[in-house]
Amino acid sequence: MWRQVLALVIKELLAVLRDPKSRMVLIGPPLIQLVVFGYAATFDLNHVPMAVYNQDSSQASRELVAHFAGSPTFRVVAMLRSGRHIDTLIDSRQAQLVLVIDRRFTRDLLTRRPAPVQAIVDGRNSNTALLIEGYANTILTDFALRWGRAHGGPAPPAVLDTRALYNPTLSSRWFIVPGIVALLTQVVTLLVVGLSVARERETGTFDQLLVTPMRPVDILLGKGLPGLLIGVLEASAIIAAAVWWFDVPLRGGLLALYFGLLLFVIAVTGIGLMISSLVSTQQQALLGAFLFMVPSVILSGFATPIANMPAWVQDLTLVNPMRYFLVIVRAVFLEGAGVAALVSQEWPMAAIGAVSLVAATWLFRRRAI
Amino acid sequence: MNPVALRRLRGLLRKEFLQIWRDPSALAIAFLLPAVLLLIFGYGVSLDARNVPLALVTQRPGALAASFTAAFSHSPYFRPRPFLTIQEAERAMRAHEVQGIVWLPSDFARRAQAGGDAPIGVIVNGVDANDARIVEGYVQQVWATWLTARARRRGEAAPTPLSVQPRVRFNPAVSSRDYLVPGLIAVIMTLTGALLTALVIAREWERGTMEALMVTRVTMREILLAKLIPYFLLGMGGMAASVAIAVLLFGVPLAGSWWVLAGASALFMLAALGMGLLISGFARSQFVAGQIALIVTFLPAFLLSGFVFDIGSMPRAVQWITHVVAARYFVAILQSVFLAGNVWPVILPNALALAVIAAIFLGLARTVFRRRLD
Amino acid sequence: MPAAADPVPALRCAGLRRRFRIGRRVVVALDDIDVSVARGGITGLIGADGAGKTTLMRLAAGLLQPDAGRIEVLGIDVAREPLKVQTRVGYMPQHFGLYEDLSVRENLDLYADLQGVLPAQRPARYAELLHMTGLGPFTARMAGRLSGGMKQKLGLACTLLQPPELLLLDEPTVGVDPVSRRELWQIIDHLTRNLDATVLFSTAYLDEAERCDTVLVLHEGRLLASGPPREIAAGMDGRSFRATAALGRRQLQARLAGLPWVVDAVIQGGGVRVVTQAGASPDPATMRPAAADVRFVPVPPRFEDGLVARLRAESGRDAAAPGGMAAGDAGVVASPPGADDDIIVVEHLTRRFGLFAAVDDISFRVRRGEIFGLLGANGAGKSTTFRMLCGLLPPSSGRLRVAGFDLRNAAAPARGRIGYMAQKFSLYGDLSVAQNLRFFASAYRLHGARRTARMAWAIREFDLAAMLEATARDLPLGFKQRLALACALMHEPDILFLDEPTSGVDPLARREFWRRINALAEAGVTVLVTTHFMEEAEYCDRLVIMAQGRVLAAGEPEAIKAAARGANRPDPTMEDAFIAVIEAADKRTLAA
Repeated sequence: MWRQVLALVIKELLAVLRDPKSRMVLIGPPLIQLVVFGYAATFDLNHVPMAVYNQDSSQASRELVAHFAGSPTFRVVAMLRSGRHIDTLIDSRQAQLVLVIDRRFTRDLLTRRPAPVQAIVDGRNSNTALLIEGYANTILTDFALRWGRAHGGPAPPAVLDTRALYNPTLSSRWFIVPGIVALLTQVVTLLVVGLSVARERETGTFDQLLVTPMRPVDILLGKGLPGLLIGVLEASAIIAAAVWWFDVPLRGGLLALYFGLLLFVIAVTGIGLMISSLVSTQQQALLGAFLFMVPSVILSGFATPIANMPAWVQDLTLVNPMRYFLVIVRAVFLEGAGVAALVSQEWPMAAIGAVSLVAATWLFRRRAI
Repeated sequence: MNPVALRRLRGLLRKEFLQIWRDPSALAIAFLLPAVLLLIFGYGVSLDARNVPLALVTQRPGALAASFTAAFSHSPYFRPRPFLTIQEAERAMRAHEVQGIVWLPSDFARRAQAGGDAPIGVIVNGVDANDARIVEGYVQQVWATWLTARARRRGEAAPTPLSVQPRVRFNPAVSSRDYLVPGLIAVIMTLTGALLTALVIAREWERGTMEALMVTRVTMREILLAKLIPYFLLGMGGMAASVAIAVLLFGVPLAGSWWVLAGASALFMLAALGMGLLISGFARSQFVAGQIALIVTFLPAFLLSGFVFDIGSMPRAVQWITHVVAARYFVAILQSVFLAGNVWPVILPNALALAVIAAIFLGLARTVFRRRLD
Repeated sequence: MPAAADPVPALRCAGLRRRFRIGRRVVVALDDIDVSVARGGITGLIGADGAGKTTLMRLAAGLLQPDAGRIEVLGIDVAREPLKVQTRVGYMPQHFGLYEDLSVRENLDLYADLQGVLPAQRPARYAELLHMTGLGPFTARMAGRLSGGMKQKLGLACTLLQPPELLLLDEPTVGVDPVSRRELWQIIDHLTRNLDATVLFSTAYLDEAERCDTVLVLHEGRLLASGPPREIAAGMDGRSFRATAALGRRQLQARLAGLPWVVDAVIQGGGVRVVTQAGASPDPATMRPAAADVRFVPVPPRFEDGLVARLRAESGRDAAAPGGMAAGDAGVVASPPGADDDIIVVEHLTRRFGLFAAVDDISFRVRRGEIFGLLGANGAGKSTTFRMLCGLLPPSSGRLRVAGFDLRNAAAPARGRIGYMAQKFSLYGDLSVAQNLRFFASAYRLHGARRTARMAWAIREFDLAAMLEATARDLPLGFKQRLALACALMHEPDILFLDEPTSGVDPLARREFWRRINALAEAGVTVLVTTHFMEEAEYCDRLVIMAQGRVLAAGEPEAIKAAARGANRPDPTMEDAFIAVIEAADKRTLAA
């Protein structure tokens, strides 16, 4: 029996590798997605255009503006002479932040009254708005503390000593790139497994296969294993790119990473086989894969945290294998987590894998003969 | 157009509408797909951190420490959990039970009393950099508020002698849904617009009816027009449904006028349908057409439209690529029209760009489609 | 032929050439075609799949540009002025170009709009066409719910709305039942005889060639012959015979096929139709082993005889080689045939899809070592029956046993006793010939030395050595057919299921294929075959005729033909018999 399965696995791999089109599917889109995601998907802000309306024009206010101009986050694009154009600048998106320094700025500083500074932010992109506000606050506070000290003011009772664990420079890329490992592994495995039976049904070879003495379980194994193999290889290539091309640190062990990967690929293969056994054309298979993939990526925490979702949506994510693997891959890459520390993520994937494989076998048996 | 040509066009249009009516797949793509995607994304994508689990480590409780930690309990952003030692807190962080740690060391009160500048340790989990940065900002806000309140209570001058008045234009509550949902509409309509035309024309190739049409007296322009008009109307219907979901279900305010929205949508829909036409000029099966439409519309619209990821912060080369993504211009218009109103300096250049892209796609489709099979 | 003299022929090709690029491969679809077709009458474009028929049709309709050479339709250069040509010709593509989710009336309206038929003209034109096609009662029905024959007639009506000077019909009779085929021919005859239209008609059925005024025979992109069909058969005078002998037609055919003076030997009725080499007369003495009682009766030559003779000359192959597999050398060891040994038993078999009964209460038995045919048009229920027999589809009710097993519940080893060749020769297109063979051998549980031996056998017997590394997708159709049969025979099955095994392949490949099947049957392998080629039914020992899910007739081909014999049909063909059976069934339904 294993000989037949092996023959089917070899046939499946040959079919994928000999056809230039499917070879492209394995290499082209993943490469493009890796590059595009790696470079384009960033929450980091730099060179944010800002304008300053400085009504004070004193040493102190100029110093404050210099702080902003010197920061890599901001780029001062306009110095305003009147307050009339502030809203226009924001509305037309020429500036995302306008800093308004009041006429009383220096006077209030010297008399130890809170000196008024206004920060007007474009809220159309709320995430950017929040980040801009955060950056501006940091610069303003930093300036204020320094000025206070230099002019003999009281020291604050306590200051923040902030430090980010695992990702000290808070680079988005370190967050996104390991996520791509999960994303692309899912896409490729699902397509290879989900389309393979449909392709045979379309060309008529599936009947040919069913009249051989192979049992449905053998066929299922023969269809699933190549997807598993290709998924793991694809993931390895992206892991290598993450480490050597994008310089994301791999702090944990390969054992933890590959153990999680294997569970994930098994779960995805099970789902792919379920799609395979339900559809009869490649078009339906593609549609099925798409219908699974989109919610699964969106509700995985790939780009936005699961914790921000409404409670009922969070409950839905519990059946999404990608959700667990994303935690594992990021934890292993950045936190250096080991196999044991990730049990809470590993067993749900194993459970999803077991359920989907059993379901696929059942569906397959029902349809095949 | 002469009456005979007009009759041909009318015949084709009638056929197209009958097909739309009898084969539900086009209606599903136009209405069901955007609605489902909008719901998934609308509920699934949120950047608003609320109730962030935060470890508060107070190694030696006292009045000062208590007043500081109380400030966190009042913040809507945090769900504080008290810890007595930093080791326990770090363990909780490793187990992903808390997102960050605020640590008041044992000498906190003494140093604060002695000369100030007592360090408060803030440790955030930096894995999700964006989330971490937002949490950092929130912590800083809590701290600043605490300082000012304390100074006022004691009648002292504020140690940070600035009064920062932040003002967020257009989205004062900084709700991410209000800005994400309009952008989503652009992303989703790119996909459905391109899919609609690409699939229906590929279907004609597949079933051999295109071949039969081509040998009649009908011209290619009539065939393309007969595809464009019904699916334009259908796409606009889907668009209207999406806007209705955004406004009625997600409560996104619509600050600008309906007319501007409709006009910009029409331009964008022409660009999206044009892209679909172009795809179907190359792909002669629904399977291939669907695949290409997914790859060339969905992903670029999602990543390169500025809908989540700020275009200005991308590498220069990537920024250049974003200029050919129609969704980029539509996202800009939508975010303004929904949140800001009829901001003409944003609307006009972007609408112009949309018009140019639509013209290019439709023009290319016109040249790619010949009355030939090769 | 007067065509050359006609100042404005219907179709004229000069040095016409057209290639296609499929991946990295360049396929020459048409190679240097020079031909002229006069106006008036019916011209048949004859050839197997891949011969270039559709390419020539599309070039004539202005849907493709030639790579080289010139093609003129009604005196107009098609490449230069396609629109002008298109306003004067009607073209029905394969699958008829209908919108399936539009009704008959809506399809007519659409094409009337597109062809510029004025609203005032329509009622009369519609009435005429609906009467001619017999679609009158069905105007409100969706085109997708029409039978194959009705679709074909609707497609034709749509192209005739604005009466064309030249009508191009691309394989209008493929997969259509014989009754509809006959009706289509009546319409075409009416058009050409009474309405002065010119018809260019492509087909893979050789018997249709004889009804044409002129035929163009395409073979692998080249024009093999052109002219009136009788002219092509003319050189065959005195070379066609009907041979009979006591030893049985299959044995007789096997012995005749290998002889040097025989060009063609096919089973027909109870005997063998033999075509001799030019100048040679039947010489029973050369037969090995000898058959003393063999008798040769001269018969009038037919178009197919002429075509096969030309193809043989073209390919340089004689009637026997390759694959002249002698009985006993089939490489198959099956149990010897027993007299009343029913290896396939079907009783009251029914398969419903929803409310529709695709197979409706059928029963038949197949004896060991028999070639058994399932004959019927597309949609008759052949394939559904077939899939149930192979265990690919569960029956809704009824009983079926194959080699003593119900394959649906039988353990895997039971399936090891059957071989299956699916429609369109399903192979793994991306795999090489050798990889396909190896995979199917392994799937049938062969390994080690046994697998090596069987692969060597397949490569030798099916003459595959030269193409072992070629990718299966790129093989010519005849080669694919051979490889598919080799794969199905890897494990020496007792029963062989063949689903439309010869559709689309050229006459030589078909003969070669049937010779192999005959040899297998002689060796005791039971063969179950579906076909819509009526003459192939003659090769079967017994057959059933199916229509609308029911068995209308069963028995030996001769008996079925004899039942159709009447005053106006002294010597009915299989097609005549088929039509008679269907008409009788319709009459019964009407009476009931």
